[in-house]
Amino acid sequence: MLVEGVRAYGLIAGMWLRAGMTYRASFAATLVGNLVMTGLDFVAILLMFSQVDSLGGWSLPEVALLYGLSVTSFGIADLVLGSMDVLGARMRDGSFDTLLVRPAPVLAQVGADRFAPRRLGRIVQGAVVLGWALVSVDVDWSVPKVLLVPVMVVSGAAIFSAVFVAGAAFQIFAQDAAEVQNAFTYGGTTLLQYPPSVFGKDLVRGATFLVPLAFVNWVPVCHLLGRPYPVGLPPWVSFASPLVAVACCVPAGLAWRAALRAYRSTGS
Amino acid sequence: MDTNGRVGAVDPFIELDGVEKVFEVRRKTGFMRRERHRVRAVDSISFAVARGEMVGYIGPNGAGKSTTIKMLTGILTPSAGRLRVAGIEPSRERTRLAHRIGVVFGQRTTLWWDLPLIDSYRLMHRMYRIPDARYRENLDRLVELLELGSLLDVPVRQLSLGQRMRGDIVAALLHDPEVLYLDEPTIGLDVVSKAKVREFLRQLNAERATTVLLTTHDLQDIEQLCSRVMVIDHGRLVYDGALAGLHESGESERTLVVDLARELPPIDAPPPARVVRVEGPRQWLAFPASESAAGLVARIAAEYPLVDLSVREPDIEAVIAKMLHGDSHGKEVGRPVP
Repeated sequence: MLVEGVRAYGLIAGMWLRAGMTYRASFAATLVGNLVMTGLDFVAILLMFSQVDSLGGWSLPEVALLYGLSVTSFGIADLVLGSMDVLGARMRDGSFDTLLVRPAPVLAQVGADRFAPRRLGRIVQGAVVLGWALVSVDVDWSVPKVLLVPVMVVSGAAIFSAVFVAGAAFQIFAQDAAEVQNAFTYGGTTLLQYPPSVFGKDLVRGATFLVPLAFVNWVPVCHLLGRPYPVGLPPWVSFASPLVAVACCVPAGLAWRAALRAYRSTGS
Repeated sequence: MDTNGRVGAVDPFIELDGVEKVFEVRRKTGFMRRERHRVRAVDSISFAVARGEMVGYIGPNGAGKSTTIKMLTGILTPSAGRLRVAGIEPSRERTRLAHRIGVVFGQRTTLWWDLPLIDSYRLMHRMYRIPDARYRENLDRLVELLELGSLLDVPVRQLSLGQRMRGDIVAALLHDPEVLYLDEPTIGLDVVSKAKVREFLRQLNAERATTVLLTTHDLQDIEQLCSRVMVIDHGRLVYDGALAGLHESGESERTLVVDLARELPPIDAPPPARVVRVEGPRQWLAFPASESAAGLVARIAAEYPLVDLSVREPDIEAVIAKMLHGDSHGKEVGRPVP
């Protein structure tokens, strides 16, 4: 099933790449545009630090670490599953039906839909900031702490992916609600670019326990920097991100399956 | 392969038993107030289609045709009843079923808009894991039959509607499906394209014994292709049998339109043919669809100054409406378009 999905994903993404290449100029322009657009978020943070020395008690390299992790993780999830927002359009015009009669997992087909390498822009930009943050930040590096970095990126990507899939399932139930999904995905990654200490306790609690986005970077980064997490948590959770990722992906997958069974199609 | 689906001599390739589909519809009835009600799109339908049959599935808009097709292909999950295609429960094993069925949605293409036609076929080749030799052979045969050879390198967006429809049919058949579902395969096509598509489907059914189930608004599709017709109305199967029988139970009429050399009083036609409309030198005569027009035409030609003529088929809605309501005068049959 997973192998089939990856294979189908590759086939369809390849078709979209080729289709995209028929408009070369647009292809290049959107790639550059995406790099610049997503980079503006970090420019905003730099502007703030030109006026203040710390944000919620966090220095620039520390915030950059949060930013780099959030954007890179989200970028990977967005590259793989970011087409979920065209799902609504596909359901409205009825073309979602045509995906359901193919011998390939629907999630792979939807994920690969409108695949565009311009989404690499976000990952590149996040990785650059992350790289700079890792060498600038004041951390007493040890082997577990070094290992924690790639674990964070992968777990974070998985947590965001789960949110994308759950959002897609919700779109099918609610007959197009891309904005609700965007609030959690694009809204989530923006939230995580800032230290938890600048937000209200309730918001941090929500992002920790309700939609556990905090495990993408906040919780493990607090461990790296030796900071207390604003919401009381046992110390071992610093390494719990992979578990949280699995705990998110399983219900998201089940919700997606339930949504496909409940799919209503259009009138014709 | 398919041992459990075989019952005696007949092979019920497609089997529906008491299949229902109920939609819950929420309607806005005021500010923040919504009323829920249930719509029974398909209401306890049962039928069986044998391997190699070619069946027309017709009915007015919103009767439940598409909903049935979507349940047969696994797109929708039935609310109740039992449904099997090739022994498979479609909504549970959609992926396994996909290898054995072909689907053409008349109004939405599955071809890649910006890429040459051949690229869409290459994707099918790999996605369906069609063995290379079989793919080549099928592609060559289908492309030749549907006259697409010169168009394989043309981007799909540059194809005409008729060419695209033929392209879609090829895409649906490359993996040798045992059953082909066609949803309005001739909608919007010109006469030549329609003829090509029909001729192709006839051959496919005759030579490959592919089971074909098609929905259409075009009575000629049914007349030229299907030995069996199923009529659905308000989610219920109201007729299942030969097309001739449908005409009988609907007492449908064809219309002969004649242009005379000058204005004349209504033609004295032999019953049951009768003049239903006169407009200057043009007259409209209704006659039973089951009868040949030849006798009537010969008689008029002999007695009147005939300049031109045409025969109009009854449209499917009119036939069904008559059958359903036994209303032979409520709607003008085969009303000519000026």
